[in-house]
Amino acid sequence: MSQSLRPYLQCVRSSLTAALSLSNFASQASERHNVPEIEAQSSPEVLLNPLTVSRNENEKVFIEPSINSVRISIKIKQADEIEHILVHKFTRFLTQRAESFFILRRKPIKGYDISFLITNFHTEEMLKHKLVDFIIQFMEEVDKEISEMKLFLNARARFVAESFLTPFD
Amino acid sequence: MPAPEVHHLFHYPIADHSFSADRQTLAVARESNVDIYQRAGGKFQLKDELKGHDKTVTSVDIAPNSGKIVTCSQDRNAYVWEPSPEGGWKPTLVLLRINRAATFVRWAPSETKFAVGSGARLIPVCYFEEEDNWWVSKHLKKPIRSTITCVSWHPNSVLLAAGSTDGHARVFSSFVKGVDARPEPSAWGERLPFNTVCGEFLNKTAGWVHSVAFSPSGNALAFAAHDSSLTVVYPSAPEQPPRAVVSISMQLLPFMSIVWTKEDEIVAAGYDCEAYRLQGDESGWQLAGSLESKGRPGVQDHREESALNMFRQMDLKGKASADDTKLKTVHQNTINTVRSYEENGGTVSKISTSGVDGRVVVWTL
Repeated sequence: MSQSLRPYLQCVRSSLTAALSLSNFASQASERHNVPEIEAQSSPEVLLNPLTVSRNENEKVFIEPSINSVRISIKIKQADEIEHILVHKFTRFLTQRAESFFILRRKPIKGYDISFLITNFHTEEMLKHKLVDFIIQFMEEVDKEISEMKLFLNARARFVAESFLTPFD
Repeated sequence: MPAPEVHHLFHYPIADHSFSADRQTLAVARESNVDIYQRAGGKFQLKDELKGHDKTVTSVDIAPNSGKIVTCSQDRNAYVWEPSPEGGWKPTLVLLRINRAATFVRWAPSETKFAVGSGARLIPVCYFEEEDNWWVSKHLKKPIRSTITCVSWHPNSVLLAAGSTDGHARVFSSFVKGVDARPEPSAWGERLPFNTVCGEFLNKTAGWVHSVAFSPSGNALAFAAHDSSLTVVYPSAPEQPPRAVVSISMQLLPFMSIVWTKEDEIVAAGYDCEAYRLQGDESGWQLAGSLESKGRPGVQDHREESALNMFRQMDLKGKASADDTKLKTVHQNTINTVRSYEENGGTVSKISTSGVDGRVVVWTL
């Protein structure tokens, strides 16, 4: 882990731990409803101030807490065109399978690559500290995954180019 | 300090729990039902289920003397359950007249009334009307601006404290003619017609108030808010600013529930999954530590740091490090409710806590 990644992840971890203080809260706008307040945005007093943790302009995390739900959006590092395509394909693959990921949001927030929506029902069903661990691990792994894919793609491109140009030797 | 008595009932969140006065019966709110457990030896066994609500039950309270159970739920209803002669429980619907979720319910010490917190920005104070044979309610409305999260009764059964998501803790008079005797004048107020606001206290950061509680004498009010603070208010005289407002912020996660154990001690628990003791008086309050001593024998993990163990972990779980899933605390998730379990001479000697992890734990102080 690089020197600047550690404090970044530590900061995200402690912000998330605090933001995941959720409780079961029925809607006060509509009768007999219990909806994630951060998505409904119907009562301003049950929303908390959103928070951005950013490592640089390309890598940041946006945390929007409320009384019964937290929305976490991640901007994954994209240094060039190839990485941009790879990140797009990768997040598309995940969001299409959002049901099996429980906390994954089908559509990311504008300006971010992937969003999670954690409600009080998730923190009741799953262990809170493991949910935080999951997000942190995701952030650690995704960069590694993307750069690995990029290396693999480059190696393949070189190989293809070589075999394509062999007849002209 | 003896080890706590842990009852792991099920794997559902417990919104609220309540023990009967003889501590043989335990009522817990589980999803849309209320389960009644009976003590059998050292354990609790399921005896009855109170079915009637069709949405999550948010609160349950057993009246210590009459044994009646009051429950309320997000389906906007409250029921009073009385034991019927042929066994089982008979529900009576309460006319709450609210159009949002009911969030919290507590019997008044006199047991002739109870108050229900609601998402409709009002508090129905309910009492029994003999001639019509049902429970009716009067609404405390002003100046509530958001969901009521918690209520607490003054020992005189007239004053009622309520915390709300608009960041206020308020003290109201819930005097109902014909039900209550005229209360003694106290520092909170002298003349107390219904819906008199005897005190209104705003949390410093306008954080949601999760829990309010009157001290055993009723001469102080404590409330815990979402900014991890605890505020204790000492009133001076009616219509006067309070004598002292002591507020402390902590480096912990917010408290969900608080209980006074004596005039100068509060036990609070919440998102940190453990209970903390706070002590102080008008001059100041401070955190006096956790109820769980971390050096307790038995819980200390005697982890074997051998090569054999490492390979065994890798074989079983695919990783070398030991299991970090289990928290070191007794509760494995947020504690929702702290209640007094046993009192003698005005001092609480045992408390009970329940949480999202489905455990009810009795602690000796």
